[in-house]
Amino acid sequence: MSPYLTSLRAIVTREALRFIHQRERFVAALVRPLIWLLVFAAGFRAALGLSIIPPYQTYITYETYIVPGLCGMILLFNGMQSSLSLVYDREMGSMKLLLTSPLPRWWLLFCKLLGSTIISVLQAYAFLAIAAAFDITMPAIGYVTVLPALVVAGVMLGALGLLLSSFIKQLENFAGVMNFVIFPMFFLSSALYPLWKMAESSELLYTICAFNPFTHAVELIRFALYASFNGPAFLWTVLVTSMFTAAALWGYNPARTGISRRG
Amino acid sequence: MLPISKHVIAGGTAFLLCSTTTHAGEIWVTNEKDDTVSVISTETLEVIQTYETGERPRGITFSKDFSRVYICASDSDAVQVMDPNTGKILHDLPSGEDPEQFVLHPDDKHLYIANEDDAITTVVDVESRKVVAQIDVGVEPEGMAVSPDGKVAITTSETTNMAHWIDTATQQLFANTLVDSRPRHAEFVKDGSEMWVSSEIGGTITVFDTATQTEKAKISFEVQGVHPDRVQPVGFEFTEGDTHAFVALGPSNHLAVVNAATYEVEDYILVGRRVWHMAFNADRSQLFTTNGVSGDVTVVDVASRKALKSIKVGRFPWGAAFRP
Repeated sequence: MSPYLTSLRAIVTREALRFIHQRERFVAALVRPLIWLLVFAAGFRAALGLSIIPPYQTYITYETYIVPGLCGMILLFNGMQSSLSLVYDREMGSMKLLLTSPLPRWWLLFCKLLGSTIISVLQAYAFLAIAAAFDITMPAIGYVTVLPALVVAGVMLGALGLLLSSFIKQLENFAGVMNFVIFPMFFLSSALYPLWKMAESSELLYTICAFNPFTHAVELIRFALYASFNGPAFLWTVLVTSMFTAAALWGYNPARTGISRRG
Repeated sequence: MLPISKHVIAGGTAFLLCSTTTHAGEIWVTNEKDDTVSVISTETLEVIQTYETGERPRGITFSKDFSRVYICASDSDAVQVMDPNTGKILHDLPSGEDPEQFVLHPDDKHLYIANEDDAITTVVDVESRKVVAQIDVGVEPEGMAVSPDGKVAITTSETTNMAHWIDTATQQLFANTLVDSRPRHAEFVKDGSEMWVSSEIGGTITVFDTATQTEKAKISFEVQGVHPDRVQPVGFEFTEGDTHAFVALGPSNHLAVVNAATYEVEDYILVGRRVWHMAFNADRSQLFTTNGVSGDVTVVDVASRKALKSIKVGRFPWGAAFRP
């Protein structure tokens, strides 16, 4: 087997094993969006107002509205979790071991990204299944068409995690990620409320939401769940993914990190 | 916990039905504030035609052969007869003042019309275009129904809170039964053995035994997250075989699905604002509801009980009728 594939298999398997062995992490990853879906959304059931926006063709309950945003939440938290584990790896020394591999660094980081995205997508599907059990369903075809959207969004948020991990030197600094990355990204997006609703209260907040890449990731998922393609959201997500990935590669540049490869 | 597969399949069914429905037909909807009727294709789920009518069109029904459509033009004090193929008004029928709802007798000849302002029910012969009878009923009559055998007609009066039972042979009242506040709509069901009346303010449906005119059951509604005052049952229709009733709950913006055997509410479906009346397509697989305030018609998949699409029509859509 090519060393590339060997490393791919090894890194993805390691990610999978780490996830399987941390059952509480899986439960936590599902409990978080489920609390939003079953508690928060129930309280705000009538708060959304009545307006039909694409991709919806009729009136929907708030629970239905926030499902794509909560899928995005799973991907976002998982991306950050992956970032956290990279910082942990660096502290424990296993990162050094990985990066001293003779394979190109971009390939190693790509394998890491792929591994975390697969875990994210599986979690998102588990969440969709539980939502369906509570009668919050999408068209059947939507469960298929959402897969590429989840992958694209998962890669974007995983790349963001990689980027952050290249700059965060210690686990203690991770709390800042929560305050300055996860919360603003999630709340300043279309995950919990449609943007027209945001525009009603503040034009500035609306503009920030419209530029937030997480908004576009959520909209990409939302449209895909209804077997529709949101071109602008897709382009925006891919563009931002490229930017995050390029920045992450720069962040992991041996000349910058001081972790150089030795032959 | 509910089985996942059932719901996923239900969602899929809704989608497939939405995308592959081939039962051609039209839903005609009266637009109260636009003085028009909108014609929706049951195949494309789009408005394919809009015709002008008299002022404030509300009740709408077709003749048996679908060659004529009768429209209550309430503020024109007329029932208009339209050619559905051309949209041309053929003539007006003498309807009495402010006709709101009506029902066509199974003989295809007599229209029973509720005259809201005059507290009477007018019976019109659609062929001779003459008033056959005028029957004094309670104040503000609205809901109209006729039994499948044509022997009994019902008028409900909004202010008197009664269902008035009319013997169609003599055109005389033979019974008056109390119902809850502001009865709006009446329907015979199960081969005429039961008669259902919705009460808008009372928030209930009263089920009568037709033979004895006695109350058999009362159905109440409760929509999660909606104040009980806003749960106002108005129009309702029955599925194939009269197994279930779909009930429009007015400003609660929901439909209720009632099991017609147990009288239990099984489901609620979110539709547009102030849902009022409704009509089924040809095979009763889809239901079209008129949503007055949001100015649209919501298409509901009957099997999965899911709203599929809301179609913009004119302002304040009110009545709905199907033609193949």
